[in-house]
Amino acid sequence: MFGLTALELARIQFGFTVSFHIVFPAITIGLASYLVVLEGLWLTRKDPVYRDLYHFWSTIFAVNFAMGVVSGLVMAYEFGTNWSFFSAFAGPITGPLLAYEVLTAFFLEAGFLGVALFGWNKVGPGLHFFATTMVALGTLISTTWILASNSWMQTPQGFEIVDGRVVPVDWLKVIFNPSFPYRFAHMTIAAFLSTALFVGASGAWHLLRGNDNKRTRKMFSMAMWMVLAVAPVQIVVGDAHGLNTLEHQPAKIAAMEGHWRNKPGEGVPLILFGVPDMETEQTRYSIEIPRLGSIILTHSLSGQFKGLAEFDRRDRPNSLVLFWSFRVMVGLGMLMLLLGALGLFLRWRGQLFENRIFLRFAAVMGPSGLIALLAGWYTTEIGRQPWVVYGVMRTEDAVSNHSALALSLTLVIFVVVYFSVFGLGVSYMLKLVGKGPLETDHTATPREQGQSPRPSRPLSAAPDNVDPIPGRKDK
Amino acid sequence: MGIDLPLLWAIIIGVGLMMYVVMDGFDLGIGILFPFVADRADRDTMVNSVAPVWDGNETWLVFGGAAMLAAFPIAYSVILSALYLPLILMLVGLIWRGVAFEFRFKADEGHKGLWDKAFACGSYTATFCQGVSLGAFIDGFKVEGGAYAGGLLDWLSPFSVFTGIALLLAYALLGATWLVMKTEGDLQRKMRKISLRFVPILLVAIFIVSLWTPFSHPPIAQRWFSFPNLVFFAPVPILVVLATWALSKTLSSESHALPFVLTLMILFLGYSGLAISMWPNIVPPGISIWEAASPPQSLGFALVGALFIIPFIMAYTAWSYYVFRGKVRAGEGYH
Ligand code: HDD
Ligand code: HEM
Ligand code: HEM
Repeated sequence: MFGLTALELARIQFGFTVSFHIVFPAITIGLASYLVVLEGLWLTRKDPVYRDLYHFWSTIFAVNFAMGVVSGLVMAYEFGTNWSFFSAFAGPITGPLLAYEVLTAFFLEAGFLGVALFGWNKVGPGLHFFATTMVALGTLISTTWILASNSWMQTPQGFEIVDGRVVPVDWLKVIFNPSFPYRFAHMTIAAFLSTALFVGASGAWHLLRGNDNKRTRKMFSMAMWMVLAVAPVQIVVGDAHGLNTLEHQPAKIAAMEGHWRNKPGEGVPLILFGVPDMETEQTRYSIEIPRLGSIILTHSLSGQFKGLAEFDRRDRPNSLVLFWSFRVMVGLGMLMLLLGALGLFLRWRGQLFENRIFLRFAAVMGPSGLIALLAGWYTTEIGRQPWVVYGVMRTEDAVSNHSALALSLTLVIFVVVYFSVFGLGVSYMLKLVGKGPLETDHTATPREQGQSPRPSRPLSAAPDNVDPIPGRKDK
Repeated sequence: MGIDLPLLWAIIIGVGLMMYVVMDGFDLGIGILFPFVADRADRDTMVNSVAPVWDGNETWLVFGGAAMLAAFPIAYSVILSALYLPLILMLVGLIWRGVAFEFRFKADEGHKGLWDKAFACGSYTATFCQGVSLGAFIDGFKVEGGAYAGGLLDWLSPFSVFTGIALLLAYALLGATWLVMKTEGDLQRKMRKISLRFVPILLVAIFIVSLWTPFSHPPIAQRWFSFPNLVFFAPVPILVVLATWALSKTLSSESHALPFVLTLMILFLGYSGLAISMWPNIVPPGISIWEAASPPQSLGFALVGALFIIPFIMAYTAWSYYVFRGKVRAGEGYH
């Protein structure tokens, strides 16, 4: 298809499916923990606003979770279908890690999800809270294992190669490989941040539409606290992550910075904007700040780090893509910091819920977490090229023997199915968000409480007849 | 080391896939039965009877894949690339039907019919592809130098198409007897009727597969029809016939749970028959579990976790079924 080789098609297919997948887990991880907090507050403070928010977000969580599961299922099989040589070679390490993920995380999530979503009336409040907590714990355990696996592919250690495949020697070294702690912290925070921005944008949207009540205020306020607390941490962690990468994958950093060669005795500038050119080995149209690159990456005025031209051409990742994906992530991170700080300022002025410009800003920032998260993964994964296991196995040796025709066919199927299924799914999710959290009656059964904003059968019609965009105030 | 790690792992994966077949079998079966049930409320009841548990059921499939990658990476890479197309189609089927659980209730009115269709078509596609993959697995794969060396469509044969159809029947029966257990009134009566009609057809299908397999695969014929194996293995077909007979009896009686249990038993027997035919190969016809196994460091590390954690998984899965025990009534469920 379009003259692409089987290798390129396999990579596009994997990148496409994993990019869809990761969006859902990010929200799953964040919302699961948010639901624990909401239910915990409801149980301790008995303020119905928390229970109402719990029911509201749990329906959205359910839709998102289903999409996370089915898109993840594809991932677990794609290692074998698309990267069979990688599986045969690295399976002895990535296999057990994935198996542990299934055993400790996926079963935990799935086993307690039924009770968390459907069991509000079937078990006592304590047990129900326990089920919600187990689901959230499962998402975090899942993050741990899959990132251990991915980080091992980035910074492999603790193994030897026997008979053309890896043999684990020290499992602790495999799991706690050098980039794992940074990637784990950075990714978990990214998930929390993305969710906070999504919840915040939903609250801001309702406030802008005049749906100003205790519940929309509460969720907006909680989200803004979260952004304020977490965005700066993310920037610090990201900086540390970069230093770690400089140590273990210097070519990736050089490509991210568009840095080709050092000048004798001079610090490296930070290139704000520019167009790295892989052919001529230079970054064109660059706007530079002298020495800032050295300060950030070596913490000294004239420190130097390897430029991309110092690496063999065969070992260079694509600088044009990395340069820009990295800047998208960092730029959005700075905007998040600004959002959190402005929120604090307006809160102090008592205008958090009234300032329309700020509300618009928060609403627009809704998808920014997910965009930054994807940009971050592109930086990480494309920066690892041309290796699939860094320094050990090249991507071109990992790919299965399928023809370009077979891969084109399945790619078309994936594109059509993913856009239609997940496109509609996301639109349903946004419609649910658009209904807003409803105030519910204490004594009613869950169905009558309007856990579902849609009448699925006559019995549950009562709470669903509410105007989709309610304008009532009841604060 | 005294422990035969590959053997233990073959058993664990075998049990895991068995769990998958029986558990996801009945919820896929519900999708397969959709075309036979037109009433929206009945369909809701059917879906609600599995909504709280389907995700856990499907996790066994993920477990099968992950455990295979961990314990038998060669098998994982050969089988998955050989079955590239049917597996991708199976995944697509599982996507349609997995999201339909949620979307059926949350979609706009105009879309609801679409998601009912997606639920049914997804279930058919996924089941058929699983059956086809099973048939192709029995047929064996062309391997050179530890990698798959066959073509894109090698999996397609009359035999594999037939196993695909047979699996559709098996899951449909499993789904129907599950509903006999979980529902009451009209829907239950209807399911009894459908099950009764499926039983003889399934018996014929089992019969055909059991003959076709040995006759087109001489090594398998040799395993079954030589002495003394014939005596050892004879209980399998005999029990199948007895179980089917009992099944049609209980379906006509008042019993609620027995038909489901008996169907499970038939499936289990079919599965053990398969294990007998294949043993000890994990990539038929030539690669045994010992040749495909991971190094002991990987097998041992993962085994500790599996043996320790699987009991907990069984326990909380059982608890979740217990919470949602009893009949599902129209209009019940959280949606
Ligand atoms: C940072 C976290 C993260 C990352 C990087 C990935 N996933 Fe994921 N995955 C999750 C976090 C997650 C999750 C939060 O645990 C999900 C999301 C929704 C869910 O049900 O669990 C999930 C679901 C999920 C499922 C379905 C589980 C089930 O049946 O319940 C599978 C099989 C995978 N994933 C496999 C993968 C593979 C093979 C990946 C690598 C390419 C991957 N995931 C990346
Ligand atoms: C979840 C967020 C992730 C995203 C958005 C992501 C993105 C990508 C992209 C865009 C590629 C293609 C790169 C290229 O070929 O230029 C890729 C490749 C790959 N990634 Fe990731 N990835 C993610 C997580 C993971 C994880 C957790 C693992 C492993 C456990 C993983 C393993 C791989 C493998 C095996 C390839 C194929 C070989 C390659 O092209 O390098 N990825 N990923
Ligand atoms: C603003 C300051 C930030 C800095 C300095 C920073 C730094 C980095 C670096 C250097 C990497 C590449 C790591 C590697 O592969 O070697 C990375 C990856 C990543 N970033 Fe950021 N980041 C920042 C903000 C953010 C934000 C706001 C998000 C999302 C909300 C985010 C999400 C990610 C993700 C998901 C990855 C890929 C996973 C990983 O390798 O950790 N980052 N970041």
